[in-house]
Amino acid sequence: MPVTPRTHWLRRTLPGPWFLVALAIALPAILAIGVVAGASFSPDTEVWPHLLEFVLPRVLSNTFWLVLGVAIITTILGTGLAWLTAVCEFPGRGIFAWALLLPLAIPGYVLGFVAIGLLEYAGPVQGFLREWLGPGGWLPPIRSRAGIIVVLSLTLYPYVYLVARSAFLTQGKRVLEVAQSVGFNSVQGFFKVALPMARPWIAGGVMLVVMETLADFGTVAVFNYDTLTTAIYHAWFGLFSVKAALQLASFLVLGVFIVVALEQWLRTRARYHPGKSPPGDRIRLGVRNRWLGFACCGLVLLLAFILPFTQLLIWAWRDVVGGGLDLRFWGFAWRSVSLSLTAAGTITVAALLLNYAMRLDPHPLSHLAGRIATLGYAMPGTVLAIGIFVPLAFVNNQLQAMLDFLFAANAPQLALQTGLATMLLAYLVRFLAVAHQPVAANMLRITPAIDESVRVLGVSGWAALRRVHFPMLRTGLLTAFALAFVDLMKEMPITLMTRPFGWETLAVRVFEMTSEGQWQQAALPACAIVLVGLLPVVILTRRSEHEA
Amino acid sequence: MRLELDNVVQAYRKREVLQGISFRIEQGEIGCLLGPSGCGKTTVLRCIAGFEPVIAGQVITENTVISGPGFTVPPELRGIGMVFQDFSLLPHLNVLENVEFGLHFLPSAQRRERALETLASMGLSNTVDVYPHELSGGQQQRVALARALAPNPKLLLLDEPFSSLDSELRHRLSIEVRELLKERGTTTLMVTHDQQEAFSIADRIGVMLDGQLMQWDSAYQLYHEPANRFVADFIGRGVIVSGVVEDGGIRIGLGLLEGGSDKLTPGTVVDVLLRPDDIVHDDDSKLTARVCHKEFRGADILYTLCLDCGDHLYALVPSHHNHRVGEHIGVRLEADHVVTFPKYGDQKNPT
Repeated sequence: MPVTPRTHWLRRTLPGPWFLVALAIALPAILAIGVVAGASFSPDTEVWPHLLEFVLPRVLSNTFWLVLGVAIITTILGTGLAWLTAVCEFPGRGIFAWALLLPLAIPGYVLGFVAIGLLEYAGPVQGFLREWLGPGGWLPPIRSRAGIIVVLSLTLYPYVYLVARSAFLTQGKRVLEVAQSVGFNSVQGFFKVALPMARPWIAGGVMLVVMETLADFGTVAVFNYDTLTTAIYHAWFGLFSVKAALQLASFLVLGVFIVVALEQWLRTRARYHPGKSPPGDRIRLGVRNRWLGFACCGLVLLLAFILPFTQLLIWAWRDVVGGGLDLRFWGFAWRSVSLSLTAAGTITVAALLLNYAMRLDPHPLSHLAGRIATLGYAMPGTVLAIGIFVPLAFVNNQLQAMLDFLFAANAPQLALQTGLATMLLAYLVRFLAVAHQPVAANMLRITPAIDESVRVLGVSGWAALRRVHFPMLRTGLLTAFALAFVDLMKEMPITLMTRPFGWETLAVRVFEMTSEGQWQQAALPACAIVLVGLLPVVILTRRSEHEA
Repeated sequence: MRLELDNVVQAYRKREVLQGISFRIEQGEIGCLLGPSGCGKTTVLRCIAGFEPVIAGQVITENTVISGPGFTVPPELRGIGMVFQDFSLLPHLNVLENVEFGLHFLPSAQRRERALETLASMGLSNTVDVYPHELSGGQQQRVALARALAPNPKLLLLDEPFSSLDSELRHRLSIEVRELLKERGTTTLMVTHDQQEAFSIADRIGVMLDGQLMQWDSAYQLYHEPANRFVADFIGRGVIVSGVVEDGGIRIGLGLLEGGSDKLTPGTVVDVLLRPDDIVHDDDSKLTARVCHKEFRGADILYTLCLDCGDHLYALVPSHHNHRVGEHIGVRLEADHVVTFPKYGDQKNPT
């Protein structure tokens, strides 16, 4: 069975059929980003003056201060805690090392409503203080800019913590010894050597935090703190103006693009690989500092996880006793789980196909398609909801016109844009990157030499896929599915804006109850979301233990 | 199985990577391609395995052409075994499963039997249920070899099989592998950049440079009768000094080298290759040279000697003749093979 070895010269300049697969997967992202970015070039004269006068000034300054505050606090918390658990030795270090990731499981909107429920004027903490210290407001109002900055920081710092910790772990103590050998003490060593070396990673983590903050909808909604995302939502449901929403979204996308560009630039700078020094030998802190380290880690863990989770459990328990575990609750839960499973499955398959497209046709255009397809992780859900809705509505209207023309009065009425399609496509764009990354990491392990050695042993085609590729990709596919599933369970803005009428998921239920101030009723669905959210924390912990 | 390459040409982006490679390995022989990195030796191996097409020439096993211009039998149908530089063991399979992987043409009972047999013959019986990442480098190498040998390939290709191992293990394994291959009678072609490895394994060695095969010969011939200056330079130590052809020999700064002048015109100036073993230390000799560097190597010492005329020489001397740097010692010429090259510039290049 001889094969023709020479490839046609065109193959080198034009991409092959696998490029079309990559393009098809990237298409929703291209459309969404294109539609929204395009809106910024054609300001709408009807809504623009209104937005400019009443909405934008407040919303932009709110967004700006929120992002800045969260970025600063997460940098300090993430880096400091990472340094403590990676390089220093103090009581409980081994447990804190992974426990400090637990806040990842609590979405901002859950921590937000728990904090408000606990600390507002009518809440138990202030009530307790009044009882002991007399009447008056004993705490600054929680529903404030400072309040939401602290709450978001406590849920987002693990992004910085995770990357900073792995940077410090790979540097190891060797770096500090170098600093000490030229006469710096360990504190100076941290600022002169360890921190500058880890800076590209830390900055990358902070950029992720900034993206999440820009994308956040649920937390700011709980706090009634108007940012671009809530403005988009209100334009959508309050003004019923797709144009105004589109215009605001284009602003948000502009900000996101700047952050993405910064992040990409930082990533190229973080390319050098420091050698691994043996773990185990950490800095032994003095007695005072030892307990200071313990107190710092303990306080953050207490505020970000233990207290809110306990409160959540208490509320949920009261709700259960009051009959909260009724059929309605199981209805939301089932809707959430079935929707997330379906979407996660679709997204994982898309990630697998995208990876094969990029592997089998390593043409620059395929890689560009892959990059765009995975850019959606930076796009806020509110933006994607509009970005997918608008082109689908357009396609729908064209089809409807065609049907009306063909069948006149008997034509069936279409409503593509309000169906499941918008929601699933927006999910795909938003979470493809989450699923792509673990699959890509596993794909790298299947080196060309592995493929060749398998062929030499007489195994090729489907047999090679079944016996070598699939088993080697299995953990990556499972991780991809699990991570996408959890993110989908937590997802709020896309679901809110694009769900078919009457669809209620756990996250939607939390939103509805918290906007009415019904903390206790929101606790049970929130609890379910947090428990599911613990899954990726376990995966991350296992992975970082593997690294260390 | 006999392997023959007939004028094989391979090109990548219009640059010829192989410019007409021809050699032959007989049934049961072990051949080796030796050369600096980038000389094209791995490409030869990949052409034989079927991963690279040939542009001109033929690859022939027994009497069948398996590669020719516009014609390539796919690798999976060639029945050739191959061991890759990084071993390429499948990480999700244990040792036994890795070896069984290539035996898919057998029913499962026989498959297991054959795999266990092969592993046993290589001293791997106690690692059958271990996963590749738990093995040491040397064990991984053996498993890779077992996997390649289990289907009883008629031809085995080894791509830098020892390069990721430390030097002592490399030496021991290379001897072990030679014995194993000879016992099984497997025709083998190996690629390496390490000449000690080539010497200890191969029956025939090809020295390659820039996509060309400079010489295909035994180790002895390569060392003592290199075909050209590059081979002389690449294989072993030596210096090139200039000499004048006389009747019955060639005169160099140290005296007359007997022989090697038959086909040359007396009076011609030529370059002469002097190996360290062509210079014999003799305390009684009137001819002396100054020691300018010494390298203690255990059983012997490699002296670098400086002559008054400015030439350098190497002399390999038993280790109990311990002289200091700067001392003058007596030497004598004793070359069995006088190797000359046409004069090339006016260089004195110790290698």
